[in-house]
Amino acid sequence: MSLSKLNSLYREVILDHADHPHHKHALTDATTTMTVKNPTCGDVINLDIDLNEDDVITNIGFTGEGCTISQSSASMMSDAVLGKTKDEALKMAKTFSDMVMGKQHDQADLDELDDAAILSSIVSFPARIKCATLSWWALQRALLSNQQEESDGEA
Amino acid sequence: MKTDISDLRGDFPILDQLVNDEPLTYLDNAATAQKPNQVVAALTHFYQTDNANVHRGVHTLAERATAAYEDARHKVTHFINAAEPAEVIFTKGATDSLNLIASTYGEANIEAGDEIVISIMEHHSNLIPWQQLALRKHATLKYIELTPTGELDMADAETKITDKTKIVAVAHASNVMGTVNPIAALTKLAHQHGAIMVCDGAQAVPHMPVDVQALDVDFYAFSGHKMMAPTGIGVLYGKRDLLAAMPPYQFGGEMINFVHRYESTWNELPWKFEAGTQNIAGAVGLGAAIDYLENLGMSNVQAHEQQLVNSLLPQLTADHQIEVYGPHDPARHTGVIAFNIKGLHPHDVATALDMEGVAVRAGHHCAQPLMETLGLVATARASLYIYNTQDDVDRLIHALNETKEFFSHELIKAE
Repeated sequence: MSLSKLNSLYREVILDHADHPHHKHALTDATTTMTVKNPTCGDVINLDIDLNEDDVITNIGFTGEGCTISQSSASMMSDAVLGKTKDEALKMAKTFSDMVMGKQHDQADLDELDDAAILSSIVSFPARIKCATLSWWALQRALLSNQQEESDGEA
Repeated sequence: MKTDISDLRGDFPILDQLVNDEPLTYLDNAATAQKPNQVVAALTHFYQTDNANVHRGVHTLAERATAAYEDARHKVTHFINAAEPAEVIFTKGATDSLNLIASTYGEANIEAGDEIVISIMEHHSNLIPWQQLALRKHATLKYIELTPTGELDMADAETKITDKTKIVAVAHASNVMGTVNPIAALTKLAHQHGAIMVCDGAQAVPHMPVDVQALDVDFYAFSGHKMMAPTGIGVLYGKRDLLAAMPPYQFGGEMINFVHRYESTWNELPWKFEAGTQNIAGAVGLGAAIDYLENLGMSNVQAHEQQLVNSLLPQLTADHQIEVYGPHDPARHTGVIAFNIKGLHPHDVATALDMEGVAVRAGHHCAQPLMETLGLVATARASLYIYNTQDDVDRLIHALNETKEFFSHELIKAE
């Protein structure tokens, strides 16, 4: 049965996160919010982040509908970056992006991603890479837009 | 005429391959159709023996290329029963054709307070040009809604189309719901109120006999690539009087008569709307695709797809784990079938089907307002064509069952 190939993508960890996503709720008064859309399928992720004055992510939540991959990726991403600084989180987003594109990365960087590193198998399913990266893209945009506002404020 | 479909499949070598170690089952024909050897050969022949620019130069190749290009226009004229070749304009595709109407006829004729009426099942290509025209002109855009079974609500059409309506634009066949809309009746209604009728035939022309004069539509748009022609070639049919009164779409070579320093005059129809060097080989390919379809007979094409729908649709609607959008009556359904496995996202379903060699579309099908109306983000969509067989239908059903089994714990959650 050729669906056995699917086992490499739909691993138990991924299905668990999709069935019981962590941090799937909106935050009230989040310091940063970002909505991104996957134009190919219409999936939407709304990401809320609380950043404290030391640029540490103290709270994170997401809402939106999507496939198994995008939902579990958002759940694993939220787990991974909670408690990290903005710079650490941006570095993780870069590692994740490189990983799903099949680029080599230090094992130490991949370990930082925690459960999310399991999505490296998406390399064999190129049509689904956007599903995996949607929430990380939202994270990047949220953190960078925040920086943009700050630098605007200083200027 | 060929009637043996297994014979016909030999014309499409692309279908004879393994995808993920399974025989390819191509069910994404509403997105684009595969091309038979005859169409590919026509392109090769044109480029190897006749290639030149058209309507320019007196040399032999230019003559031959022009003859081939205009011969293709004659084939289209006959195929859709236009009154004359002057009413057949070559475009990039249905989207380009519809934009042309909105940018020329629409720009010249729509004023503040006028109404444009479209349907909620329109593809973005027959929606955004009118939405943006309405915004530019401060006109009102109105939508004809659906009946509970997913068909166009003609009672709603009768209230939405009024004496203020200037343009009615509706798809001949839906790219999501699998419905065929009553275009002749809508056209009559539009004309009673003094509006013109625009029809998007992208999902109709490849699959059923179309007679633009019998429909009495004012404009009719379609793409070549969904009817086995190359990408980048399409058609806008328009009634001569309307086309003659319209300003040009684009300016440049070919579309002019005289050009002076400070003013110009325009070429005759249809060339007034064909600025710059056109997709000449694409038109030749479209002519070859029309030859291929006419050899089969459009009624036979339609009957073959209907036979497959009669098998596929009841199997899907009978499955309580599958939700089918659009009419459930096979007799009221084209070969475009949108569905979801309950509790599963269509992207996950499409990936699983792909592992079984089955190619379907998953997404919003460029019809986001329709998806919103149906309360959906996305659906899977299987769409048939003349080269599909009962084997393909059986493989889809088998692959769907495998998919349900693979994701069974997710499905239990959704029960």
